Amino acid sequence: MNKMRPIAVLAAGVVAAATLAACGGGDDSGDTGSGPGFNAGVKEQVNKSDKKGGTLKFGHSDDWDSPDPGNTYYAFSQNFSRLYGRGLTTFAPAAGDASLKVVPDLATDLGQASDGGKTWTYKLRTGVKYDDGTTVTSKDVKYAVERSNYSAELQNGPKYFKAYLVDNKPAYPGPYKDKGDEGLKSIETPDDQTIIFHLNTAFQEFDYLVAMSQTMPVPKAKDTGLKYETTIASTGPYKVDSYARGKSMSLSRNPHWNQSTDPLRKALPDKIEVQLKQNGDDIDQRLLAGSLDVDMAGVGVQSGTQPKVLADDQKPYVDNPVQGFLRFMSLNVNVKPLDNVHCRMAVQYATDKVAAQTAYGGPLAGGDVATTVLPPTVAGYTKFDLYPQKQAEGGGLDQATLAKAKQELQACGQPNGFTTKLSARSDRPKEVAMAQAIQQSLAKVGIRTDIVQYPAGDYFTKYVGVPKYVHDNGIGMMIMAWAADWPTGYGFLSQIIDGDAIKPSGGNNLAELDDPKINKALDDAIANPDEAARLKTYGEIDKMVMQSAAEVPLVYAKALMYRPKRVTNVGITYSYGGMYDYLNMGVE
Amino acid sequence: MTGTAPTAQTAGTGDAPTAFLEVRDLKIHFPTDDGLVRSVDGLTFQLERGRTLGIVGESGSGKSVTSLGILGLHNRRNANVSGEIWLNGKELVGSSEAEVRRLRGRDMAMIFQDPLSAMHPFYTVGQQIIEAYRVHNDVSKQVARKHAVDMLGKVGIPKPDRRVDDYPHQFSGGMRQRAMIAMALSCDPELLIADEPTTALDVTVQAQILDLISDLQEEFNSAVIMITHDLGVVAELSDDILVMYAGRCVEYASVDDAFHRPLHPYTWGLLGSMPRLDRERSERLLPIEGSPPSLINVPSGCAFHPRCPYADLNGDKSTTERPELVEVEPGHKAACHLPLDRRREIWADEIRPKL
Amino acid sequence: MFAYIVRRLIGAVLMLLLVSLVTFGIFFWLPKLAGQTTDQIAAGYVGKAPTKEAIQDTKERLGLDDPVLVQYGNYVKGIAVGRDFEAGPVTDHCPAPCLGYSFRSSQPVLETLVDRAPATASLAAGAAVIWLTGGITVGVISALRRGSLWDRATMVIALSGVSLPIYFTGMVSLQLFSYSVEIFPGGGQYTAITADPVKWFQALVLPWVTLAFLYAAMYARLTRAGMLETMNEDYIRTARAKGLPERTVVTKHALRASLTPIMTVFGLDLGLLLGGAVLTESTFGIPGLGRLAIDSIRSGDLPMVLGVTLLTSASIVIINLIVDLLYAVVDPRVRLG
Repeated sequence: MNKMRPIAVLAAGVVAAATLAACGGGDDSGDTGSGPGFNAGVKEQVNKSDKKGGTLKFGHSDDWDSPDPGNTYYAFSQNFSRLYGRGLTTFAPAAGDASLKVVPDLATDLGQASDGGKTWTYKLRTGVKYDDGTTVTSKDVKYAVERSNYSAELQNGPKYFKAYLVDNKPAYPGPYKDKGDEGLKSIETPDDQTIIFHLNTAFQEFDYLVAMSQTMPVPKAKDTGLKYETTIASTGPYKVDSYARGKSMSLSRNPHWNQSTDPLRKALPDKIEVQLKQNGDDIDQRLLAGSLDVDMAGVGVQSGTQPKVLADDQKPYVDNPVQGFLRFMSLNVNVKPLDNVHCRMAVQYATDKVAAQTAYGGPLAGGDVATTVLPPTVAGYTKFDLYPQKQAEGGGLDQATLAKAKQELQACGQPNGFTTKLSARSDRPKEVAMAQAIQQSLAKVGIRTDIVQYPAGDYFTKYVGVPKYVHDNGIGMMIMAWAADWPTGYGFLSQIIDGDAIKPSGGNNLAELDDPKINKALDDAIANPDEAARLKTYGEIDKMVMQSAAEVPLVYAKALMYRPKRVTNVGITYSYGGMYDYLNMGVE
Repeated sequence: MTGTAPTAQTAGTGDAPTAFLEVRDLKIHFPTDDGLVRSVDGLTFQLERGRTLGIVGESGSGKSVTSLGILGLHNRRNANVSGEIWLNGKELVGSSEAEVRRLRGRDMAMIFQDPLSAMHPFYTVGQQIIEAYRVHNDVSKQVARKHAVDMLGKVGIPKPDRRVDDYPHQFSGGMRQRAMIAMALSCDPELLIADEPTTALDVTVQAQILDLISDLQEEFNSAVIMITHDLGVVAELSDDILVMYAGRCVEYASVDDAFHRPLHPYTWGLLGSMPRLDRERSERLLPIEGSPPSLINVPSGCAFHPRCPYADLNGDKSTTERPELVEVEPGHKAACHLPLDRRREIWADEIRPKL
Repeated sequence: MFAYIVRRLIGAVLMLLLVSLVTFGIFFWLPKLAGQTTDQIAAGYVGKAPTKEAIQDTKERLGLDDPVLVQYGNYVKGIAVGRDFEAGPVTDHCPAPCLGYSFRSSQPVLETLVDRAPATASLAAGAAVIWLTGGITVGVISALRRGSLWDRATMVIALSGVSLPIYFTGMVSLQLFSYSVEIFPGGGQYTAITADPVKWFQALVLPWVTLAFLYAAMYARLTRAGMLETMNEDYIRTARAKGLPERTVVTKHALRASLTPIMTVFGLDLGLLLGGAVLTESTFGIPGLGRLAIDSIRSGDLPMVLGVTLLTSASIVIINLIVDLLYAVVDPRVRLG
């Protein structure tokens, strides 16, 4: 962080002394006292309480992809589903770094690895029951994985199990088509309490995979496919009384949930209500007025509400966490002249990250200036800055930084700069503003960019995710954002910098970085059973990526979250992208 | 009202007249964005019961405004009414709206030009007559209904007990006007104003309606004001004629005088433009040249001078001095600068032979 | 009269068939014309990174590869006799009249429509009562006092009412009466009238007033214009000439005649509104048909969009039929002419 601090301090100096103080803190520390205050919920759960009763009210401006644990991808949904379902593992109900810890949930312990990390065995807790009183068995967990990964109907969720589990021969068609009893051979259930997964490759972060809601047990007899989202069999402390798409969900206590089988959950409120498709501004106002407890999406208040929550009387109830998102710009290593590493380094120096940050909403709503690919909330993050920048008095990069950029241009053989295209998503105005800020700063060293805009829906499938399109159109720079499916270096990096992630269409490795060293380092890391070594490797891989200069980190996204007074046990969990942990919330 | 119109003050203190209806110096002005519209600008006449007065003139001469003024139907907010209107010894201009309303329909009634638009399309003819009757007579619906049927019968509508429940649009034009008359007469009004009662009807029906009005007048002994631009109608029905031009009376005479010894060039023009069925004629009609004057900028002097073929016979008097209405013969008044002899000469030598 | 009603009803059914055919064409045929393959359409219904097999399965399950006319035929057949849909391990029966099966919620469209319609109907009906009484009263008074301070003031307010969007007036009213002074609850508090009439009423007061403000403004202007015209009619002069008190003239003679054109507009407005008041429902978080329509369009749930469209058309057609019949009651020229 030392290398980053000069940027932040100088930038703040331009604005005002008051802001300088806030920015000088740099990392999202804020108050460190035990009582609530600005950012109090980032490091520790606030308003700790064991008081039961009441109704916890959630509001959402959108809806689930599906509340079916086997058919959902959203982080909020993964977070919330734990109220009515228990997967083999989950993330510790805590705030800050403690929230990154994987802990057993339905399983008695974390997975027992054997065969060099290719076989994983879990034992289920005894006495866990569904809301109808029947007992959960390991077969239900197996069935849940099968339906969520192998059926044609349930397509919303990720397919990691399908990718890593050994497949049947011929290929397993999923439980809805396969009428046999055996199902997927690579998941064994020798008895009702044991489940064994056989992987096709050594995978040391399997405990993170089984933390996904896809391992929440589903009794085969109760499965109604796509309709299961309205008839979910609950294993958590709450059962879903009703779910009406686009309207609401209401939950009440699951009478067959037993505290003795569940060391994680407090199960405080008597009822939980979710209102869907609510007006975003109204959600904020109701949070402020205290008639709503949580904005379920967990991405912060609307821009119109931001000044209001930052007012002195409200600020102690605001958290400003890093959200696990990196906003960055990929430099395609196959588009001239960016195929030359020095030209890429010139861009690294000449991209005014403070201007980009300001364009995206500033240090509070936009995020912190980024210097690494891994965000600080991902396990394996290491602080470093290979291309330090300094701000000039009055804004903009200082002469020394610009001189370094020019030096790299010289080395690249483009002393007067070059011309390329810079892409952004047309329906994301802040991203377009960011592109314009970058365009201006690059122009100072003679790098001229034409901004090209594409709709977000087709951004990866038709445009910048299609290498041929990128080459044909000479798009050298592409802005995007990325968050991990699970909060480790591998979960974050494998989809954006691994050569395997280059696809004819829909890929996320926009830089087309295919460095054998990096690829191997990733493969080795995930097979390495030593966690500390693994995490250290992620930092090294990050550094290798930055040495290639193919990714320009811009900001670690942050959000302004409001934490109403009456809500108890409120803290930011990094495991679900920096939103509040929903597991143990209650109301006063 | 009296407060806002100074002339009304004198009207209120004026002597009560002997005539049944007496209009004195009636002025009805409408302030508009373009200027003051002097629709009626100093009109004076009298009418006794049993008599019929025909008011003639072109469109926009102030005939209809006068009749609505007598009934007090002008909105007092956008019309300035001054002068005096005495009906049966009661002055109306200075009376409150409520007082005048109570007289309307009971003491004075009106027959309108187009009975289709003048009757409410959503109510039956019976309902509309009953409503007119009951507003002034405290009787049950049954009694009022019987009265309505009687009235319809009296105005010559066949099977009145059935037609009473029909809507206006189910009546023929003539029948509708009869129904309108029945409605107007339902409270035995002493003054009946008929505003172009036959204009919208075809010729054969016109005669029947005029006969009907004439018969009913005899029966009820009412005073009738017949407003029309059709001299033929006046000739048939009226005792006296009042010729209006630009909001003023230019000639007042008995029917006989008006048709055979008219003393105003405008009256000559009206007679010349009247089609005559009772006489063979080869020449075309003689319309009055020019168009009616603007009531905002009434021509100076004699308002008729821009259209008067004889205006230059008076030097510049026609354009500078407004001729007063003077009684030139007993019961015959005219407002013209031409010397009386000269007018008689022109009528006898130039106008009459051409008619 | 009876024959007239039957004729109109048959016309209404044909109209709805036509609307359904056109809508069906727009949603199922136009994309194909525009060059979208059924693969791409199907990809919209399967997760983030769809596999080929998943797309193929989805196409088969939704019958997207059938010719559009066949799909339409199945749709109409479903209305008549019902249809079966696969939802994975179970088969869901959509009983007649089956208005299709939602691609998103895996439920018969009709079930969702029936679930959402009461909220919209509550909103529309309550607002209609307010705007009719309010708008007409204001309009009449303005017409009678034409040019007065009252007239000018109300017409300026009416103009602003017409030109201010619901989400603005809605947020302002929420700010004033809900967030600042907690007289009424904020958004998202809609409760079915059958569940709790008091809460139902409380939650709907602000949406009613907000929505009614827009329409009342329009109806005030409409009424005023109509009254001004009617007050110049010959039969109003006749009514006055009969010596009727002014109040009778205004209410019995003028207002009644002015109301007929308003009835026509009202029929259209109410019919359209019963199909969903998108902005009001979004602003106040009311789970009605308008929000359903928007959500369905956004998520590409074509059968649901089709269902809402049909329901809206049906309500417009039916309300207009009722208005036409009322017309006959009010205006004898229609009935007897």
